[in-house]
Amino acid sequence: MAEPLLRVEDLVCRFGGVTATDHVSLDVNSGELHAIIGPNGAGKTTLISQLTGQLMSHSGTISFAGQDITRLPAHRRSRLGLARSFQITSLLPDFTAADNVAMAAQAHDGHSFRFWGDARKEKGLRDAARSALSRVGLEHRADTVVSELSHGEQRELELAVALATKPQLMLLDEPMAGLGATESAQMVKLLQELRREVTIVLVEHDMNAVFALADRITVLVYGRVIACDAPAAIRQHDEVKRAYLGDQHVVTRHD
Amino acid sequence: MKASLNARTIIVALVVAGLLLLPVYTTLSGNVFGLTLFTRIIIYALAAASLNLIMGYGGMMSFGHAAYLGIGGYAVGILAHEGIGSGFIQWPVALAASALFALVIGALSLRTRGVYFIMITLAFAQMAYYVASGLARYGGDDGLTIYKRSDFGGLIDLSNRVQFYYLCLGCLFGGIYLIWRIVNSRFGMVVQGLRSNERRMQAIGFPVNRYKLVCFVIAGTICGLAGALLANNTDFVSPAAMYWTRSGDLMVMVILGGMGSLFGPVLGTIAFLLLEEALSQFTEYWALIMGPLLLLIVLFARGGIDGMLGRARRG
Amino acid sequence: MLLVVEQFLNGLQFGLLLFLLAAGLTLVFGIMDFVNLAHGSLYMMGAYFAATFVVWTGSFVLGCVLALGATLLLGILLEFVALRHLYGRDHLDHVLATFGLILFFNDAVRLIWGPAGLALPLPPWLTVPFQIMPGVYYPAYRLAIIVVALLVALLLYLVVMRTRIGMLIRAGASNREMIGALGINIKLLYTLVFGLGAALAGLAGLMQAPILTVQIGMGENILILAFVIIVIGGIGSIRGAFLAAIFVGMIDTLGRAFLPDLLRQILSSAAASTAAPALSSMLIYLLMAIVLVVRPEGLFPAGRR
Repeated sequence: MAEPLLRVEDLVCRFGGVTATDHVSLDVNSGELHAIIGPNGAGKTTLISQLTGQLMSHSGTISFAGQDITRLPAHRRSRLGLARSFQITSLLPDFTAADNVAMAAQAHDGHSFRFWGDARKEKGLRDAARSALSRVGLEHRADTVVSELSHGEQRELELAVALATKPQLMLLDEPMAGLGATESAQMVKLLQELRREVTIVLVEHDMNAVFALADRITVLVYGRVIACDAPAAIRQHDEVKRAYLGDQHVVTRHD
Repeated sequence: MKASLNARTIIVALVVAGLLLLPVYTTLSGNVFGLTLFTRIIIYALAAASLNLIMGYGGMMSFGHAAYLGIGGYAVGILAHEGIGSGFIQWPVALAASALFALVIGALSLRTRGVYFIMITLAFAQMAYYVASGLARYGGDDGLTIYKRSDFGGLIDLSNRVQFYYLCLGCLFGGIYLIWRIVNSRFGMVVQGLRSNERRMQAIGFPVNRYKLVCFVIAGTICGLAGALLANNTDFVSPAAMYWTRSGDLMVMVILGGMGSLFGPVLGTIAFLLLEEALSQFTEYWALIMGPLLLLIVLFARGGIDGMLGRARRG
Repeated sequence: MLLVVEQFLNGLQFGLLLFLLAAGLTLVFGIMDFVNLAHGSLYMMGAYFAATFVVWTGSFVLGCVLALGATLLLGILLEFVALRHLYGRDHLDHVLATFGLILFFNDAVRLIWGPAGLALPLPPWLTVPFQIMPGVYYPAYRLAIIVVALLVALLLYLVVMRTRIGMLIRAGASNREMIGALGINIKLLYTLVFGLGAALAGLAGLMQAPILTVQIGMGENILILAFVIIVIGGIGSIRGAFLAAIFVGMIDTLGRAFLPDLLRQILSSAAASTAAPALSSMLIYLLMAIVLVVRPEGLFPAGRR
């Protein structure tokens, strides 16, 4: 069997006395869409932050494309092709949609210690921005300032930004958070297309979306992996049902 | 910079024209005082513009920016005192010393965020202030008189008021042009992105502190130039140039003019220093009016002068 | 030995005084997230009020009590008229507005009391040296400062740790949204906290007044020290402010007292006597820089952000 694209072993992160992720191990194979689900406070966002390097792990290892990245800072991981979207939309609010994406393209085009030419007139960056925007269906909003975009458009822009870094693996933290039914359906459709090009780790509360999209699902409860299997098997998993799927109230949209 | 005919463009054009033509007026009218006043205003405007680069565009609230005024000034003063009068040596030393200081304190300060950053930059500037006060050989607390202005051979005569004025004006316009190119370059986009959302910039692959540090050093170096000009203007340099209230003045000039606007700091400096001058003509207790005025400006005129001229500032 | 004890006590006294100033600052900072540069002006006003009221009333104690009340009122007035409109604004707005207040207060004082400094003479019963241990005398007034400041610190501790208001203050310092959720009259709480901070600053000012001259700008140097303290201690933390204040007071005082001698051991006498004052003034800033480099949120971060 081929080496997994992302391999996580025994990852631990503590906040004071709370263990947010407790010896999490996880493999993500190249080309799959791997969903991570779990009740609120299960440590999903912590795990994503550990994977991208925003949080350093207390123990455990992360390897990506065969390289140990456990101690690499966030910007180096991003360069290796690990992109993330944020649960709470985290764009550059006073920049236009196109500028947001162009910035991501710029990040992956060598260093930015260029002090003279007008970056907004660089054809390469503009083209990259346009193509990523059209990929998510936002090309008509290119020159709109982010703070004036609708919530759904901002979520799509998050994806465009992640795409523009030409990632091998995208870590999506609740891309449907706060979306209405139509917008959610659109997002699912978009993810269906994107998964053909790039490996995706998806953290999501919207169970319909997760079961429609995922190849495999990892269930996280209190920082621990209690199951990891194909969607059909997860549905039948006793512990998962008890801990999670059985409870009606936990299937909420937002942490 | 489209030359659409809005209030801002008109005001900026008027100010630029006014500054360019001022020596004509003062020479004709014999108003020497106006020329000295505006030379000082232009030098402070350069310092404020450099602070605007890190504060307005980069979101780094430095409360120690006056340190570079002192460092640039002392580089000129100390070299002159030691008998090295050539501006070709003095000025590069002033710039290099400022850059070095910015590099060291920037590398340390940029580990902190928010109010902590404001305070640590303040602390470093105060340290520079006390070092200068301890320089007994160079006047200590009392400061150092510079008997001869920087010598640029036959190129330019700094003792000639008009020539010196135009030199300062050239430095200001040059500085603003440089800042304009920088903020619109790839580097500038990164720096402005950092102000907007640092976490995001890191997530898409930028080593954020490196960019901040380089920006911090550029701003410090430009302000060091203002320091060298200031020392030549007053023929004197003293620790007071670095005192924290002077850093506060610079911040006020930037905020008054409008942060993150190219010409804002120039307008802010003109407004601040002219107001100070006018009020002190009118009453000895000018700060009694100036103080509450600042308060009112903060309360009711957000975005500074630039903000009042309409149009949200560019991103 | 004698000198060491004396300087040690001086350091303690200065540190406690700094704590009074820093406590108000850190509360206002921690709870309202408000940067108040004019805190030093309140300190100055406390001193000027005391110098005036002591002469008017002819009684040192009565004058000081009146001055304390006056500073409290001034603080509340300031908060009510201007500063409360700035909560929630950018820190830079705070800096600019309160910088304006400093300008205002300095010139107001110059207009009312004149540019020359004032002296606040001590009553005879406070000028006697006090024997603290056999053969060691210490000025009674400085001792009184230590006692008063310690009592105030204790009182503050009890208020913050044991009362309902204190509970709110602590809750506010670590999580501002929470007190809003508790349905408290936040505006009133804020005004009270600001008034308390102003009174503490005024107390520090009036107690310092007999030791130094009462003069314009006296609040500015010490304000920076207070900022250094709350940054070292961690913004919003009273305990951090207390420890950092004692620490800074000691280092500053002992540095000024003993650094020249220490330097003379290594440097030539002339070089030492020029380097020492600058170096001892720098010490605390150096300390702060080191603390921030090692712990970017201060020694006792109040647990937010």
